[in-house]
Amino acid sequence: MYEGVVQDLIDELGMLPGIGPKSAQRIAFHILAADPADVRRLAKTLIEVKEKVQFCRICFNVAQAELCRICSDPRRDTTVICVVEESKDVVAVERTREFRGRYHVLGGAINPIGGVGPDDLHIRELIARLADGSVTELILATDPNTEGEVTASYLARQIAPMGLTVSRLASGLPMGGDLEWADEVTLGRAFEGRRTVSP
Amino acid sequence: MTHLQLVDFRSYPSLELTLPPGVVTFVGSNGQGKTNLLEAVGYVATLGSHRVSGDVPLIREGAEHAVIRSRVVRGERAALAEIEILPGRANRVRLNRRQLSRPRELLGLLSVVLFAPEDLQMVKGDPAARRQFLDELLVARSPRLAGVIADYERVLRQRTTLLRARGDLRTLDSWDESLVRHGAELLSARLALVDELRPQIAAAYAAVAGAETSTPVGVDYRCSVPLPEGADREAIADAMLAELATLRPREVERGVTLAGPHRDELVLSVGGRPARGYASHGESWSLALALRLAAFELLGADDRGPVLLLDDVFAELDTHRRRRLAELVAPAEQVLITAAVDADVPAELGGPRFTVRTGEVSLAD
Ligand SMILES: Nc1ncnc2c1ncn2[C@@H]1O[C@H](COP(=O)(O)OP(=O)(O)O)[C@@H](O)[C@H]1O
Ligand SMILES: [Mg+2]
Ligand SMILES: [Zn+2]
Repeated sequence: MYEGVVQDLIDELGMLPGIGPKSAQRIAFHILAADPADVRRLAKTLIEVKEKVQFCRICFNVAQAELCRICSDPRRDTTVICVVEESKDVVAVERTREFRGRYHVLGGAINPIGGVGPDDLHIRELIARLADGSVTELILATDPNTEGEVTASYLARQIAPMGLTVSRLASGLPMGGDLEWADEVTLGRAFEGRRTVSP
Repeated sequence: MTHLQLVDFRSYPSLELTLPPGVVTFVGSNGQGKTNLLEAVGYVATLGSHRVSGDVPLIREGAEHAVIRSRVVRGERAALAEIEILPGRANRVRLNRRQLSRPRELLGLLSVVLFAPEDLQMVKGDPAARRQFLDELLVARSPRLAGVIADYERVLRQRTTLLRARGDLRTLDSWDESLVRHGAELLSARLALVDELRPQIAAAYAAVAGAETSTPVGVDYRCSVPLPEGADREAIADAMLAELATLRPREVERGVTLAGPHRDELVLSVGGRPARGYASHGESWSLALALRLAAFELLGADDRGPVLLLDDVFAELDTHRRRRLAELVAPAEQVLITAAVDADVPAELGGPRFTVRTGEVSLAD
């Protein structure tokens, strides 16, 4: 245990995902030794990100304004929606340059052990986006693991009566993985080879 | 396996062993580190321990991580596998100095069949022990199935949690779909395996028990889902889905998943009676050995043959079964044997004998 504020910093860092007690300690001492200007800039960015960044009113992607960059881009195809779990998956799909439509970020996947049910995700908002009939195709790009598969299956069942084309990314993505870890080529190919699902 | 190097694995701070093909015996009194050695060899094959489910006990007390380095030769080709076991994190695995993006990619490099005193539980213990026997063999033959089994177990846990919560069941149909997809793949693989195993187990039983017994051995996969005769994977999936629909009210009431490969039983019988509860001690041992020998036979037919690991088994057997077992394992490419007492290992099994004492392994003279 360190004294007061140093231990507070280690504790705070240790609460971040993927950072264990040892890493937290290492980062804390790095910050202690760093240039005060650098640390001030980091602190300012942390505060700014919470103040300025919000979630897009339409798709729930991270945004600097009410709408995200993609939803406010008139060149994007509004008839296709790609459904992903997290904003970081939007970044992964954008990297492939295979997709010109818009997104819908669910905010996670169905996970009973983690206490996540359909109402904890932006599913109701997705159904609402489909109501006016302007969207004709939905691509389910949830993670290639059990929770992602089940989330896609649940969505496909919900959307089936609406009569639009629903497709799922082609297999070939490493199973059990995270969409964001798939390389561009693999993910691009999975997009190309997406297949229509009939629930 | 031609070389084994351990760093901070179990009781070994540092060990380097050169292993010849054929029979190699490790002798030492209890607690000296014999099983630890075989456990390390098994880890290279399965990326898991046969004794513990977590990796933490494998790391030497006080050490940060453990390393198993091994050289495996198959036919003309040699491979260097390096496994770094890190507590609470994914292992780091390198094959021929190249880091694998998933440790699982190492599966298939080496296969082992381990014989241990606990094998008696395959005959006398819970159905889970027999299901585990089948699943381990499936993965050894087709590493891809490790993913199917892991997915099935994950879906099962999720679905059971959902049922137990007794609340919102809107996603249950989707969990069923997923359970059935993975379950049907696992089940059809098990059924095919049992068909292949049946004659092998019967033959191995006869070989171990000797010609004086002509007791028939039965091997029967009893499925928790009623299946039509000769069902393929699709028909199995349909049958599972139908059974889940029938069982749903009871499942919801009890908060458990009542049908699927996790509820199936491999029924072994000797002389028409279930081995569990009826077989004598000697018959039970013959059957346990027969299961392992059948696995050896199937794996040997698939690739260049597994390494056999015999951990302290000779002490469990009478002289008659000892001799039979020795004859049956001797032809294997490599057999690593441990014993507390040198004399327990039949003399027919030649090869070098090592002495194991407090984490040191030396050639006995
Ligand atoms: N993680 C560990 N760190 C240090 N020692 C260990 C560890 N795990 C097991 N041991 C020691 O290894 C010994 C058991 O070795 P084992 O191979 O099972 O013996 P045997 O020769 O009877 O097969 C015990 O003395 C135990 O304390
Ligand atoms: Mg032992
Ligand atoms: Zn948006």
